[in-house]
Amino acid sequence: MEVITWLLESSLAGILVRGLAYGTPLLWGSLGEIYAERAGVVNLGVEGMMILGAFSGFATAHVTGNPVAGLCAAGLIGALAALLHAFFSITLRANQYVSGLALSMFGLGLSGLLGRGWEGIPLERPLPEVTILAPLGFALAVVLWVVLYHTRWGIILRTTGEAPAAADALGINVILVRYVAVVFGGLLAGIAGGFLSVAYRPSWTEGMTSGIGWIVVALAIFASWDPLKAIWTSLLFGVLFHLSFRLQTWIPAEPLQMMPFAFTIIVLTATARRSGRVRQAAPEALGLPYVRGER
Amino acid sequence: MRQLGPLRFEHDPESSLTRTMFVSALAIAAAFLVAGLIFWAYGVDPLRAYRVILVDTLADPRALPEIFVPAIPLLLAGIGLLLAFRAQFYNIGAEGQLLAGTIAATWIAVFTSTPGPLMLPMMFITGFLAGALWGLLPSLLKLRLNVNEVITTLMMNYIALYAVSWLVTGPWKGPSVRGFAYTDTFPDSAWLPYLPGTRIHWPTLLLGIALAILVAFLLNRTRFGFEIRVQGHSPEAARYAGINPLRTTLLVMLISGGFAGLAGVGEVAGIHHKLLDPSQVSLGYGYVAIIAAWLARGNPLAVIVTAVFFGLIYSSGDVMQVSLQMPARVTDVFNGLILFFLIGSERLLHYRVRWMPAATNQTVPATLPEEQAASGRERWKS
Repeated sequence: MEVITWLLESSLAGILVRGLAYGTPLLWGSLGEIYAERAGVVNLGVEGMMILGAFSGFATAHVTGNPVAGLCAAGLIGALAALLHAFFSITLRANQYVSGLALSMFGLGLSGLLGRGWEGIPLERPLPEVTILAPLGFALAVVLWVVLYHTRWGIILRTTGEAPAAADALGINVILVRYVAVVFGGLLAGIAGGFLSVAYRPSWTEGMTSGIGWIVVALAIFASWDPLKAIWTSLLFGVLFHLSFRLQTWIPAEPLQMMPFAFTIIVLTATARRSGRVRQAAPEALGLPYVRGER
Repeated sequence: MRQLGPLRFEHDPESSLTRTMFVSALAIAAAFLVAGLIFWAYGVDPLRAYRVILVDTLADPRALPEIFVPAIPLLLAGIGLLLAFRAQFYNIGAEGQLLAGTIAATWIAVFTSTPGPLMLPMMFITGFLAGALWGLLPSLLKLRLNVNEVITTLMMNYIALYAVSWLVTGPWKGPSVRGFAYTDTFPDSAWLPYLPGTRIHWPTLLLGIALAILVAFLLNRTRFGFEIRVQGHSPEAARYAGINPLRTTLLVMLISGGFAGLAGVGEVAGIHHKLLDPSQVSLGYGYVAIIAAWLARGNPLAVIVTAVFFGLIYSSGDVMQVSLQMPARVTDVFNGLILFFLIGSERLLHYRVRWMPAATNQTVPATLPEEQAASGRERWKS
């Protein structure tokens, strides 16, 4: 019953703010994934891009003493990692799922290898948790929504993901658009990872993304590939993650840590049940490599 | 057809065994080369790293059998995954299915009074069932509601991971182990025998080899195998032929999950003899088995070879930790790179490469009409 008193005592606003702190990397990551998938490329490498971003962000922030430089480095490394996925899945037309998986493995491995000497060092000047990247993330979501639905670029991006052959016939460079979208997605995933190590938990721990990169991929589906919807879906999962930490006073940690992952399956099932609306929302050519001359 | 310097690439959709092996070897060599560059950047002489890998694992008679220790779970889980991939079901959940198998086997060994001779068979049977059950939910969601199986199987991995770590720190924590997060040690009847002088639990190894042969037979010689192959090739054709995708996929996933579950039983009954922290029970075997299955290019018997190869990668990671003080994650660097190069080289499988300098081309005009005929056929095919 203590749980209930705690829930009543801690204001809703308080829980929301904490949820926002955890929801921020989810938001940045899922915005990036939404754009990549809108161009027709699934990137399962989010976990790898985030962890590489987290490490490079921390290392840069620690060496330069400037957390913003850390975030920039994180974004840059995330974009570079995404370029790897783009090359394999777009140019070499390798299976997108497997290529993303390879990127996640590689990212976890490389960050663990390079980051060994950096564990346990606290960051002297961390970034505040919710005051910078959270509002920026909201603004970004709105901008990305406007770009996606109300600009020429948005039409180009969506056409590339829905009907690449038609886009090609219209003179759109399908390969280029896909590259740009995937690399942009990596940039955001890298920043999301950098947020973890520079603001949320200002330190470096090997494997510190602990599976949220996979949840980001699910959130893109849950948000029906809509940047505005990504705001509340990330916030919802942010609150869930926060609760899974806070309730540990009363409930064993492990069943609680399981919760966001189980909830992901539940929301994906629930979204799928809504009479195929999701199937309509999914980019038609998602997951398919584009070869000119094939239908 | 493409000319690249003196090399000519001719389209040939059917890949021969030699070419498959050559391309795979090339991909692995490229992965090792890039890994060497990374080691060099890390401050370890790559040549020394390669020597450590070769000498300390392959040339050391005591270290050599250790290769087979991780190869056993990789083999079992890998065959199951291969079957799922052949049916176009992206099961990324072998890790969770393996852990589900360890939970079931531990329950039989520690909490039931199964008589001695029945103990190990019961553990394998319940382990199979638990793994199959763990794979059932994602496959039902996929078939009924078209929920992406990649994500659901991944989520099931994390759920299994936290389930095991909850069991060993909470309800199943052994009364006799004090501060540690283990269950009690299994009774003697639940221990798998070793090959003398090694940690190779041979019954599981034999089981893996037998199942590889069984799956090869199933795929190539039975009606069910035919249905899997048709569905994997073209789901539409399968529907036209009256193949029930629900039945095929469900059966494939039960087998796939079940085999991963068997791998889990082998780990607790063969190596640890208790349930402990999930990161110690499975060193990412469920994920690496994906690469082993992918490297086998659809051939179940080839998993026997690829599993041993990734066993070597695990051993290399171990010796590099000891001799070069590198962190355990070094195996993930290898695995990620190998997977990248494997899928990146896949298109090479469909080309025959010939040594044909441009000069000889021009002096032999007789090849010209033949060439045109060939390119005509090629256009027809695509």
